[in-house]
Amino acid sequence: MNNYETVFILTPVLSDAQMKEAVEKFKTLLTDQGAEIVNEEDWGLRKLAYPIDKKTTGFYTFLEFNADPTVIDKLEVNFRRDERVIRFLTVKQDKFALEYAEKRRKNKGGKRHEAHASAGDAAKTVKKEKAEAVEAEVELNEKED
Amino acid sequence: MAKQTEIRYLTPLSVDVKKKKYCRFKKNGIKYIDYKDPEFLKKFLNEQGKILPRRITGTSLKFQRRIAQAVKRARHIALLPYVTDLMK
Repeated sequence: MNNYETVFILTPVLSDAQMKEAVEKFKTLLTDQGAEIVNEEDWGLRKLAYPIDKKTTGFYTFLEFNADPTVIDKLEVNFRRDERVIRFLTVKQDKFALEYAEKRRKNKGGKRHEAHASAGDAAKTVKKEKAEAVEAEVELNEKED
Repeated sequence: MAKQTEIRYLTPLSVDVKKKKYCRFKKNGIKYIDYKDPEFLKKFLNEQGKILPRRITGTSLKFQRRIAQAVKRARHIALLPYVTDLMK
């Protein structure tokens, strides 16, 4: 068993419920494989530093877990297959990272506010993107007709 | 007379003694550099988002490697840009 942490970004087109469902899917996937989830953080909707798949925002989720190395392969295959995930990063925690992660868990309360502050202006751009996505769908439907 | 002018000329040179650079990680006992904290990592980037060399920041080789690793991870998950102008 090793300690891992993973950050993944979900597309901003999802609604809050859909986003939570996607996160839940990966969490159950991990626990089904015998992994133990230590920490879960929802960073909310954040602005991306550069556009990915023409999207400028994304839902960030951070997970810490203990698992066998074979689990990571399965998790990453699922990340690649899932279209809702636009980016992911899994890192094995070394002894320094472990120490740091423990500290981070202790003063989690303070960190949360930061994430929500940046979510405010990010929400505006997301509305735009959602509207664009709807428009694109309408166009497709028209063509089919 | 010639000797005096030489002395006068030499004293201002010794005034601007350069400050010794130091590794802030060794000094403050920081062991792990977090890739999830873009604001901290920005201290080691120039305005275009490039990683600053050791000769400017004074970081030790060990931590320079870790900074580079952390910055690259942060870029991958779009917390830091790969290329940009006027970041600060």
